[in-house]
Amino acid sequence: MLRFILTRASLVIPTFLGVTFLSFLLIRLVPGDPIEVRVGERGIPPERLAQLRHEMGLDQPLWKQFADYIGNVLSGDLGVSLVTQNPVLSEFFTLFPATLELGMAAMIFAALVGLPAGIVAAVKRGSWFDHGVMGLSLTGYSMPIFWWGLLLILFFSVQMGWTPVSGRLDLLYYVEARTGFMLVDTWLADEPGAFASALRHLILPAIVLGTIPLAVIARMTRSAMLEVLGEDYIRTGRAKGLSEGRVIGMHALRNALIPVVTVIGLQVGTLLGGAILTETIFSWPGVGKWLVESINRRDYPALQGGVLLVATTVMAVNLLVDLLYGILNPRIRHSR
Amino acid sequence: MTMDAQSNAVVEPVPTATPPHPLVEFWFHFRQNTGAVIGLVVILLLVLVAVFAEVVAPHSPIAQYRDAILVPPVWHEGGSWTHILGTDDIGRDMLSRVIYGARLSLMIGLIVVTLSLAVGLALGMTAGFFGGVVDIAVMRLMDIVLSLPSLLLAIVVAAILGPGLFNAMLSVSVVVIPHYARLTRAAVLAEMSKDYVVASRVAGAGPLRLMLVDVLPNCMAPLIVQATLGFSTAILDAAALGFLGLGAQPPTPEWGTMLASSLQFLQRAPWVVTWPGVAILVTVLAFNLLGDGLRDALDPKLKR
Repeated sequence: MLRFILTRASLVIPTFLGVTFLSFLLIRLVPGDPIEVRVGERGIPPERLAQLRHEMGLDQPLWKQFADYIGNVLSGDLGVSLVTQNPVLSEFFTLFPATLELGMAAMIFAALVGLPAGIVAAVKRGSWFDHGVMGLSLTGYSMPIFWWGLLLILFFSVQMGWTPVSGRLDLLYYVEARTGFMLVDTWLADEPGAFASALRHLILPAIVLGTIPLAVIARMTRSAMLEVLGEDYIRTGRAKGLSEGRVIGMHALRNALIPVVTVIGLQVGTLLGGAILTETIFSWPGVGKWLVESINRRDYPALQGGVLLVATTVMAVNLLVDLLYGILNPRIRHSR
Repeated sequence: MTMDAQSNAVVEPVPTATPPHPLVEFWFHFRQNTGAVIGLVVILLLVLVAVFAEVVAPHSPIAQYRDAILVPPVWHEGGSWTHILGTDDIGRDMLSRVIYGARLSLMIGLIVVTLSLAVGLALGMTAGFFGGVVDIAVMRLMDIVLSLPSLLLAIVVAAILGPGLFNAMLSVSVVVIPHYARLTRAAVLAEMSKDYVVASRVAGAGPLRLMLVDVLPNCMAPLIVQATLGFSTAILDAAALGFLGLGAQPPTPEWGTMLASSLQFLQRAPWVVTWPGVAILVTVLAFNLLGDGLRDALDPKLKR
């Protein structure tokens, strides 16, 4: 077991180094010298420029600069945002809970709708419900979510007036940020109505962000269930006289869930990518919107750090899924 | 009597059915998938519209009709047949812009798929064929690319290269290379162990001949499917970049860019937001339907 965990975990190291190198290159590939970008258009005398270059280590050979960069990254120093002058790491962690809350809500929505839809579609294979679910999920999978979000805003916010257009909370409320999760913070705070407001702000973005994972989960659940339902032990269960609910719920679902859980875990990358668009549309103050703003403001240190942190998050989750999969399924653990 | 008839009968070879041509067989399986056929028809229509945009479109995509600003579609009150789908905020005809957008999006798809397929194929073949250190190096590199959310990586590349349609296509291509590389490598590895490759090698075929003439044609099926699905990814991602302002720049009638520049009219004139989105959805859906159909028809192991 330990051997399995260590082998899998060690595979992440070269990938992490590669991603670090990529983010290291990023700031050197963008047009303009990092110092000139920072100084802006006023310009500075050449001697001062040389001095600054020396202070920042930019006159060192590239491999030395990269080694220093890795050292900084590992000690948690990701540089300072050009715009706010705050450390990139602390900016990221201030904004990350908002993205995490949105992503979790989206995933819960996707799983709550996608799992039952996929199960029923598989059980009633070939029925109109099955065709409907497959058709809708392919449509969801093909959806440009930035447009989908606009449509939902148009209908639910503008026409019906049910949900707010943007943000996380009505301006009426002031809630102390204890955890960074608005739902938790408003629940803890003693403000009547704040929790409901936070919830109403969360619904539309969560649906938009959850649409593609929902489609993937529904399709995956259906095909996993179909595969399992054809197995001998399902026939045995039926032959023993077990109720249909028990056969499907206990025997089939348990085994069908293994690949589905993996797929849910692997959706994290898609989710973080989708968060960039969703947060931009709904002015959701999370990591995705921050990254887009960093690009538009040419705040390259923020972009560099953000990319590295997002990539690390995705890698960590993928590793976790891999390990969980190995723990759930011994065949994976022992195969070489 | 019967014995006699039998013994006298001319022995004729039993008429065995000749195996159908692979294309015929493919079409037989493909057309059973209604969705895939619909997807194919939609794509053919889109291609026709894109190629003959000058003929089909009623107006120029960038002509501004100052007396017809934010005119609604024809079935709305105040709409007119001059601008069937309405006009945008500076009086450009929506239908014409969407039609020219089809040309742009299909071109994006074609270029992105060609670029990424070519690079991915080369990388995957090299990795699968040579194995060892080359394999590890190439596949680790692909893992790194895959560990970033594709849209984020595309955004980063687009930010480095600077906004613009061509750079957007490049960055979307870079992001999808690993998919082709992985598929090719897996297919090459599966083929390399087969007898016909060994036979060819024994007969003295060089590495290039082995790779390109013997192995490659047998790896094509999954790549064709992936390339079809790649069209939808390319169109979606390029539109997303356009929407974020990192892709095609106004006044280019690219669907994502059109959406971004019409955001502020969402409430007053919903049609300026509706049509580009519908166009993206229909196109992407068509390619996904076609890709699914191709997968079922080309992979004999699935479903049958």
